[in-house]
Amino acid sequence: MFSRAYRTAITLPPLLWVAVFLLVPYALLLCYSFWSVSPSQTITHSWTLDNYRELFRVNVYLQTLFRSMWIAARVMIFSLLLGYPLAYYLSFYAGARKDLFYQLVIIPLWVSYLVRAYAWKTILGSDGVLNTLLQYLHLTKHPLEFLLYSPFAVVLTLTHIYTPFAVLPIYAALEHIPRNLVEASSDLGASPLQTFWRVIFPLSIPGVLAGATFAFVLSLGDFLAPLLLGGPSGIMISNIVVSLFGAAYNWPLGAAISLCMLLLVVSLLFLSEKLEKKWSFR
Amino acid sequence: MATTTEPVVRSARSGLQELLSIRNIAKSFGKTRVLRDISLEIAEGEFLTILGESGSGKTTLLRIIAGFENANSGEILMEGERLDLLPPYRRRVNTVFQHYALFPHLTVEENVGYGLRVAKLPKAEIAARVTEALAMVKMTAFAKSKPGKISGGQQQRIALARALVNRPRLLLLDEPLSALDANLRRQMQVELKSLQREVGISFVFVTHDQEEAMVMSDRVALLRMGELEQVASPREIYSHPATAYTAQFIGHTNLLRGEIRAGIARCNSLSWKVGLPEGPALFSLRPENIRIVNPETGSDVNAVTFRGKIQHQAFHGATELLQVVCADGLTLSVRTATRETRQGDLALEFSPTDAVLVRESPERG
Repeated sequence: MFSRAYRTAITLPPLLWVAVFLLVPYALLLCYSFWSVSPSQTITHSWTLDNYRELFRVNVYLQTLFRSMWIAARVMIFSLLLGYPLAYYLSFYAGARKDLFYQLVIIPLWVSYLVRAYAWKTILGSDGVLNTLLQYLHLTKHPLEFLLYSPFAVVLTLTHIYTPFAVLPIYAALEHIPRNLVEASSDLGASPLQTFWRVIFPLSIPGVLAGATFAFVLSLGDFLAPLLLGGPSGIMISNIVVSLFGAAYNWPLGAAISLCMLLLVVSLLFLSEKLEKKWSFR
Repeated sequence: MATTTEPVVRSARSGLQELLSIRNIAKSFGKTRVLRDISLEIAEGEFLTILGESGSGKTTLLRIIAGFENANSGEILMEGERLDLLPPYRRRVNTVFQHYALFPHLTVEENVGYGLRVAKLPKAEIAARVTEALAMVKMTAFAKSKPGKISGGQQQRIALARALVNRPRLLLLDEPLSALDANLRRQMQVELKSLQREVGISFVFVTHDQEEAMVMSDRVALLRMGELEQVASPREIYSHPATAYTAQFIGHTNLLRGEIRAGIARCNSLSWKVGLPEGPALFSLRPENIRIVNPETGSDVNAVTFRGKIQHQAFHGATELLQVVCADGLTLSVRTATRETRQGDLALEFSPTDAVLVRESPERG
């Protein structure tokens, strides 16, 4: 239909873009992960598997990775627990206010991530809004220390930030359920609760999977929330990568950890897509 | 022909128990009045068709019976008890939806067993009744298929089985055949009717297709702009339409406007004896009731005879429809058996009893 030259002309720019800004950096990352740092703090371009050995030998890396996964898992669960009812309400009961509520879910996404993370710092700190209120009400005598600089603070902040990412795909999935299926279920004698568990929930699973994947993957790679609110006990794997590329000056080890993370995330995305396909019927 | 079977149908109906009683139902959506003061009785084992054009309110009436909409006023009783106060899942009424509404994540047999599972019946009983229902609609071979993998006609049967397996008192069908092609549709009409006789459940069938209504129903309720125009058996409604709208909507007719004076009805140059009250009158005369006078036997003694000129001839297969203009300018449709091409002047006749007095259909808005 189109000439060969035309097709080449329109395919080339995106291909170049992907090559320069995606493929080349990943190739470099891959190379770095097999190089090493000499005692004189220069990067030696000789091939070695030491970085990967180091990764599995030194406990702190794996521990931090597991902690990151555990934090991400909690964020995922809380985002779904908060996001599903919200999406359900929006889709089935909001009526004329649907668009307004939908915008209200979207608006926080326009506010800078940093602002939102700092807001939680102000709320959770020992002189923060929450501790001041608790002491004012004489519920506590001293500021609660676990509120800030803890995995709790990280989970709370990330849940706040990523819940909209869980709401949107669930909402989209719920919107796609033909309403006559809900009527048919009711017509066949199912109570509203039975209709929810037997029809609405199973048909919304692709949305739940997409939302869960967003919340988990985005949280897993996060480094700002742990940096600002995590404290020593709330460190996540990305913070380690940042320090390895920065102060610690160990790019090869940083690259090896990054690639492991990438592999993990890509497998998760792959798995999630497979499951979503299995649960979609249209 | 029609009048001889009518008393039989009536007496059969009066012997039956009333199952559903719709009383003064009215419904508006915003400022639009969709139903106004509908009252209708449905008998045990009856096949009742609610017939109407789109926008007549027929689907809304069905949805009110099913419980998906609430009426603004009026009540519905089933065997003397209020039905309209119950939520849809407590009504012993099942629906076959226009687009079937099969659950896409469940297999055919899971779809059919849905109502029994939510009612928490024993597993063995569910299995037995599902098997029976699938056999009834000849879909046993597809038990394990997903609805997305079967054809429209097959989905139709599953929707029917899924509703009937619950043994409802009343089955509602919302234009269930409208998505099928013409041949399959005719076949399903026959199947559906015989299935209804077999299970003996009352059917309320909604359609906009008057032919479908005639073929299947014990009674037809013709709905026009939110009000019932006429409720009668197909034969009755066809041969004795109460209003001009009914006469025109069901079948094809000639409307003759005239007046009755001193026992004589006059429409243009046509006139015949009637035993009806005086005043302006509107008559419905079916095209097939106008005959071409047989030149050998001559016209019937009681018949109204007139001459007309063929203006247009449309071939319909077994019959053909002629547009005939009389000397006074009156144009009439005449249906006759198909013959060779006719031309020129024709001698025509009809029996005065076939000219049925109808009411004007009032303006509604």
